Amino acid sequence: MDSVANIILYFVVAIAVTVFSVMAVTSRRILRAATYLLFVLISTAVIYFQLGYQFLGAVQIAVYAGGIMVLFVFSIILTRKPGEKESFLDSHRRAIGISVSIAGCILLLLALFTMPLLNGVSLTDALAAGNQITMKEIGTAMVGSDRFQYLLPFEAISVLLLACIIGGVVVARKR
Amino acid sequence: MGITLPVLILALPFAMFLILGIGGVKMPRKLAGILGICANGALLAISYIVALTYFFSGETAYIIDGVRQQLQLFDVTWMAFTDRLVVNIGFLLDPISAMMLIVITTISFMVHLYSWGYMEHEPGFQRYYAFLSLFTFSMLGLVVATNIFQMYIFWELVGVSSYLLIGFFYKLPSAVSASKKAFIVTRFADLFMLIGILVLSYYVAETPADGPLGGASAFNFIMLNNNSVNVLESTLCGTFMGGSILSWAMVFIFVGGMGKSAMLPLHIWLPDAMEGPTPVSALIHAATMVVAGVYLVARFFPLYLIAEGSLLFITVVGAITAFYAAVVACCQIDIKRILAFSTISQIAFMMVSLGVTRPELHEGMGYMASMFHLFTHAMFKALLFLGAGALIHAVHSNNYTAMGGMRKYMPITHWTFLIGCLAIAGIPPFSGFFSKDEMLTAMYANSPLWGAWMTMVAALTAFYMFRMYFLVFWWEENPHYKEHTPHDAPWQMSIPLIFLAAVSCLAGFLPFGEFVTWNREPYHIHLDMSVAIPSICVAVVAIAFAAWLYARKNDKPAKMKAAMPALWEAAHRRFYWDEIYMFITHKIIFNGVCRGIAWFDRHVIDGTMDGLAAVTQYTSAKIKGLQSGNVQAYVLWYFIGAVILAAITWICLL
Amino acid sequence: MDLSILWYLVPSVIMFAAGVYGFVTRKNMIALLISLELMLNSADLNFVVFNRYLFPGSMEGMFFTLFAIAIAAAETAIAIAIIINIYRAVQSTDINVVDKMKY
Repeated sequence: MDSVANIILYFVVAIAVTVFSVMAVTSRRILRAATYLLFVLISTAVIYFQLGYQFLGAVQIAVYAGGIMVLFVFSIILTRKPGEKESFLDSHRRAIGISVSIAGCILLLLALFTMPLLNGVSLTDALAAGNQITMKEIGTAMVGSDRFQYLLPFEAISVLLLACIIGGVVVARKR
Repeated sequence: MGITLPVLILALPFAMFLILGIGGVKMPRKLAGILGICANGALLAISYIVALTYFFSGETAYIIDGVRQQLQLFDVTWMAFTDRLVVNIGFLLDPISAMMLIVITTISFMVHLYSWGYMEHEPGFQRYYAFLSLFTFSMLGLVVATNIFQMYIFWELVGVSSYLLIGFFYKLPSAVSASKKAFIVTRFADLFMLIGILVLSYYVAETPADGPLGGASAFNFIMLNNNSVNVLESTLCGTFMGGSILSWAMVFIFVGGMGKSAMLPLHIWLPDAMEGPTPVSALIHAATMVVAGVYLVARFFPLYLIAEGSLLFITVVGAITAFYAAVVACCQIDIKRILAFSTISQIAFMMVSLGVTRPELHEGMGYMASMFHLFTHAMFKALLFLGAGALIHAVHSNNYTAMGGMRKYMPITHWTFLIGCLAIAGIPPFSGFFSKDEMLTAMYANSPLWGAWMTMVAALTAFYMFRMYFLVFWWEENPHYKEHTPHDAPWQMSIPLIFLAAVSCLAGFLPFGEFVTWNREPYHIHLDMSVAIPSICVAVVAIAFAAWLYARKNDKPAKMKAAMPALWEAAHRRFYWDEIYMFITHKIIFNGVCRGIAWFDRHVIDGTMDGLAAVTQYTSAKIKGLQSGNVQAYVLWYFIGAVILAAITWICLL
Repeated sequence: MDLSILWYLVPSVIMFAAGVYGFVTRKNMIALLISLELMLNSADLNFVVFNRYLFPGSMEGMFFTLFAIAIAAAETAIAIAIIINIYRAVQSTDINVVDKMKY
């Protein structure tokens, strides 16, 4: 039996995720769409917190909701012509888009609800089953080279980011 | 005898071929010529040493109690396909191969020397010498072959070098088509030879591993010829269409020889082969390669003796060819063509002589006579060709109509040519008389029919040779001589003529029967006057008739021609053999048989392939619109596919 | 009332479906990118949820998400650089303008 606070929090976040993600893809204004995306990302971060992954939630907010959103907003401003109507977001192929996504959605939900394996454990039990993840554990796992430790991907990501920096500069610089 | 000299005999010309063929382009032509001639001179010396040692040293390795031995100086495995199918390359020394060594290297050396003068100004001089070396190599490899496969390999190599040399002037369309014709016709004949070899190989009994040859291949000539009855036991029992298997195999092998030796009806390539340079005609298409068929029969002779039906076949083919070629030679204008048909006729003579040979008739002297004639014919026919080359060199035309009265201008050529004509006509004491006399004796011994028939051919031979002789050297002078006076050829060309003329005068006195006979025991030649005197008379009458017709310009030949226009025309057109071939190949095979095959190929086989391609192309043209460059469409299709796959998976798991 | 795993997966599915819809129907390239982020985010969420409910003792799901966020940042940076470049070239961010890469 989960606590009422958790349940209420869940409903708030779930409704926020659902509504804002739908609005993010239906809004006619690009800046608003970006804002709705921001709300979705923050709501996701809240879910991470609720599930006990504080560090992950913090990263989600810092990198996603902070860094990437700023990139989005800047690019929107950079690519917008002054005085332009914002109807250019107008979607086409709407019917097929809706039908396909709803079909996929229904299929996935049906699959979810018929899978017997995934039922029965409450959030409280799940939280109780795992230990609280400390920053020390995360740091050790991140730069260790043992089993279930991630030095190599960590270094790979750092090289990737470097490549992205160079690539971004090369692609976007003025000639 | 060690193996150094035999190996050198094969290695030297092959090395020369490689050196001149690869490095010739960079070589000055003088150097290439001198190199080729020197190498050939060395080859000549080595071959003479080998052959003369074999004949005259009297060592027990070569002759025991008067019987000459066959020995393999070396015999190495070249390719081993299976335990029993092993191809060896070796060097077989026996009377006929030793005799052929002398013939080939002598003529080859003469031709090398002669070509230095004759080909001096032709482009591709180095290439020409390279091909000559290749030919010499192949022909030597052929005659010293120790087994059927080696012989077959070199047999084809000889065909290739003949092809290359006929087509030497590759800018002339006629030379190109002549070379193709020669290659295709002889290749077609070689197919039969291969069939014959395969039939033989299928039926040959297994050789015992502990036998005298230590389990050597059953295709070894010594094995086949000396143990022929044992080896071929199995082949005699089977019959096919009335002939024993062996007879069929031997006839098929002989068909290969018919192709190379230009027997009817596979003779059509030889007259056209005269498109090649004249020294080449002398070497390949008169003296050596075309007698390969005779050599083949001689090589397999013990087997042919077992299958007498095939010998009869050889006789009949030879007799018909000899007569046919002699008649055609009477009506040709091109002097090289006359010589070509004369060659066909003379080779057929040898074939008949082999065909009539039986051990019980004069101790099988027909074999000896045939080889003797091969030897003398090589000498005087090479002489005649080289003389014709000198004439052509002088007047730049192949036709006797451009010549006439040449005896004043080219005395050396005249006298040597006359000696050649006398030799081939069979006038004593020139060499052709002796060999032809022996052959005729053998033919009369077999059957008066063949004797009389071939005497008639001999008379025709004398007639057409002297017809040509008189038309070229007497008749009347061509008016063009005033502008361009012909003169004797340079020394490189005269020396071979004089040498070969001397050989043609003297070779008849060789006691040839002491050296080469069918069972390798000596045979003492003696002139049979009852044959010799009539044949001399016939030849003299024929020569006199030719002189009466052609010695001075007159209208008798024209009258004769007008009296029998159809015959003259038919003989001039070689009795329409080429037209018959054209009719068969073009009208029947190309237009009849091949048309259906071509239709099938074009519409069914190609159609299937084209259809596949067309379907692919049509489909891709139809669906390429899907690749619109629109990323969203890609994602859409991808997602639809993913949903469908997921649905299927889910339904299956349910 | 228990908050079982399904409760968390349902919003994720809806987010993903919304992302698909947006990606297929929007014309602006930045809007496309936004839809892409939605889909990516729903996948991240799934990792975390599965980690929490099915393998509570380990941290693999969380690390996967962590790396996915890093990669998403990199990818977004490059994508935006490309979009800006295209905008400089053709003065438009319409996805239909860049359909040259076809047959």
